[in-house]
Amino acid sequence: MGEHVRISHFRNHYELTRKNYMVKNLKRFRKQLEREAGKLEAAKCDFFPKTFEMPCEYHLFVEEFRKNPGITWIMKPVARSQGKGIFLFRRLKDIMDWKKGTAGKKLTSLEAQPARNTVNPSGSHDTRSSDDQKDEIPVENYVAQRYIENPYLIGGRKFDLRVYVLVMSYIPLRAWLYRDGFARFSNTRFTLNSIDDQYVHLTNVAVQKTSPDYHPKKGCKWMLQRFRQYLASKHGPEAVETLFSDMDNIFIRSLQSVQKVIISDKHCFELYGYDILIDQDLKPWLLEVNASPSLTASSQEDYELKTCLLEDTLHIVDMEARLTGREKRVGGFDLMWNDGPVSREEGGPDLSGMGNFVTNTHLGCVNDRKEQLRQLFRSLQGQKKTPN
Amino acid sequence: MRKAQGSWEKRILKSLNSMCTELSIPLARKRPVGEQKELLNKWNEMGTDEPDLSLFRPVYAPKDFLEVLINLRNPNYESGDSLSFRTHLGLIQVPLKVKDIPELKEFFVELGLTTGQLGIDDSTQVPPELFENEHVRIGQKVLTEQDSAAAQQYIRQGSPTALRAELWALILNISSHPEDILYYEQLKTNVIQHDLLVDSLIYKDVKLTASNDDYYFVFEDYLYQVLLCFSRDTSVLSHFAYNSASPPKSYIRGKLGLEEYAVFYPPNGVIPFHGFSMYVAPLCFLYHEPSKLYQIFREMYVRFFFRLHSISSHPSGIVSLCLLFETLLQTYLPQLFYHLREIGAQPLRISFKWMVRAFSGYLATDQLLLLWDRILGYNSLEILAVLAAAVFAFRAVNLMEVTSLAAAEAVLADLSTLKVMPLLQIFLFATVT
Repeated sequence: MGEHVRISHFRNHYELTRKNYMVKNLKRFRKQLEREAGKLEAAKCDFFPKTFEMPCEYHLFVEEFRKNPGITWIMKPVARSQGKGIFLFRRLKDIMDWKKGTAGKKLTSLEAQPARNTVNPSGSHDTRSSDDQKDEIPVENYVAQRYIENPYLIGGRKFDLRVYVLVMSYIPLRAWLYRDGFARFSNTRFTLNSIDDQYVHLTNVAVQKTSPDYHPKKGCKWMLQRFRQYLASKHGPEAVETLFSDMDNIFIRSLQSVQKVIISDKHCFELYGYDILIDQDLKPWLLEVNASPSLTASSQEDYELKTCLLEDTLHIVDMEARLTGREKRVGGFDLMWNDGPVSREEGGPDLSGMGNFVTNTHLGCVNDRKEQLRQLFRSLQGQKKTPN
Repeated sequence: MRKAQGSWEKRILKSLNSMCTELSIPLARKRPVGEQKELLNKWNEMGTDEPDLSLFRPVYAPKDFLEVLINLRNPNYESGDSLSFRTHLGLIQVPLKVKDIPELKEFFVELGLTTGQLGIDDSTQVPPELFENEHVRIGQKVLTEQDSAAAQQYIRQGSPTALRAELWALILNISSHPEDILYYEQLKTNVIQHDLLVDSLIYKDVKLTASNDDYYFVFEDYLYQVLLCFSRDTSVLSHFAYNSASPPKSYIRGKLGLEEYAVFYPPNGVIPFHGFSMYVAPLCFLYHEPSKLYQIFREMYVRFFFRLHSISSHPSGIVSLCLLFETLLQTYLPQLFYHLREIGAQPLRISFKWMVRAFSGYLATDQLLLLWDRILGYNSLEILAVLAAAVFAFRAVNLMEVTSLAAAEAVLADLSTLKVMPLLQIFLFATVT
């Protein structure tokens, strides 16, 4: 492959983007951290709700289930897009029924055949050629995950956050965080009463209400700046700082956990869409990572966000070789991790031991990217003109 | 003025009554028990209801009100037939006294160039040590002292985001005593027990305005909870003592004209118009507890918002605001004013809706809250007129090039990117007059 070629995906990104693989990698990473740095450090990886692959971890799941009676679990198909085939349950009896039903039949029949042409949760097609099948792990269709019963609500509605992380390389790990993103609201009011004892399909939640009398909704999204302001006016700036640095922690650790398994290639980069859920204690949870986040726009604001996101991504990919490689900010992207934490302050890393270390992330903050890009490229021009 | 207000009220009532007869819906009725239970269950998610509101129309929209104001004339005033340099070229033809820029500069002295402001001096380029940190510290002190007058003075320079909710409550003298919460619960019970025609108007307004807003749609349910209770709150009637308006009256069936059987309708005397719910929407950003949100809104209404839709000679009344806006424009941007008038785009026709809604839904929320900080701080709505003029001044270059009302509207359609405080400062303190 030529020097100049760039590919916008890593070959085995499913290690991060498929829930069952991600869980495996995260569990492994956590164990490793516990061995090397102790329980406190390992606890920083507890941002993923307890998840079990079905059916191979069924017995482990039952054990966990029995330890926590009465909580709600959610069954998600690993290889389908959000909303389809997901259901909540509280009793083991419910999954027995489900297993015996069509889903169960599908599972057993799939175990007999090798997997073929499965669709990724992000919607992109992941065709496996006959070459890869030799060391194929049988694809588990479902995961059972602990349902977060106390999500943070705004206006009585549940929402999740979409955040964009650009990874330029895994070895060494270089990751950028985009300042903009959005909160997606569900149309219905959140209540746990809607879970019957029979399993309920969550596709109801995804149904958008439209009424011919009224103007169509412009998309139920809030930009992250608005979300951050709202939280700050409600909980104060310190609580918000803590929440956002907890989210930074999620991004870094999830990437670190797959660092060694991703097939690294200097031509590859990837733009991930992280889905984060906040609970009422202002703790962020990782729902999933998408390797092909949707780039279609639901409104003018959305369109601007996504076009600027793409533009800045291409600036960082830097096919024109304009950047020096020492930049900490390009447009709306801030360099979050560069084989080590990146500090907001100028100068080298704070070696005095995490004293006043503030990570170089500005999620939900002012994004004056046009101005920054103009200054950046002007100074780069200037540098090129002066002879070295 | 009172005569004009009286005849305007008659028109509104006539419209309401005719809707009532057309649709054969009673102005008020008691709900059957089953319906009461249902409503109680759905109290926190009334937005999910999709009642058929297609036959309801808002009783009036701001532009109808503007037509009334344009036709106000003082029968005692002889303006003469000849045009002179003193002729007012705008739409409002009532000679009320309004401030000019020197007077405004004095009134709004804390907005001057040498005084620190939130909305300007807290931007990312300014190091917080210069102003912001100290300002926040003073704000916290004001809150600990619970000094309402000091808070009002303080907030003229803007309120830090984290302190705003408490500062506003302090200035408006709102505290959450048990009797206040009880009062709100009582109103809620009234809503459950009786259904008013006005409720459907409120529903329709929320669906048409706040629910369609990119940011306020989230608070839809709170809006119902506040507005439905508001329309039943008879304590609001007390504000009519200083309001030129009077509450509409209705008579028990069959007893038309007999004063003993007169009741105020709606119980709070306020008939909502198109866009009314936008007065409440920004407050949802600050207050999440329904009874507190309710009290804050009610106080804001009886202190400020009622002046935006009743005809009076008060300096903060909508008539004065319109006149102030037009005078500022005519005096300090005469070329622009003349040009717009020539192409049939009287500036007031565009800015009226901004002022009636106190810019809610037109500005970005954080900017709106900074603006409303100053309304509270100066206890006056005149800043709305000044801001409207400042917006025209800001976009003057583009406006000079348009050749139709529609094009002028297009230039001024999107205010969401505007930064309120720099605009005000430049217009008041930095423009060569």
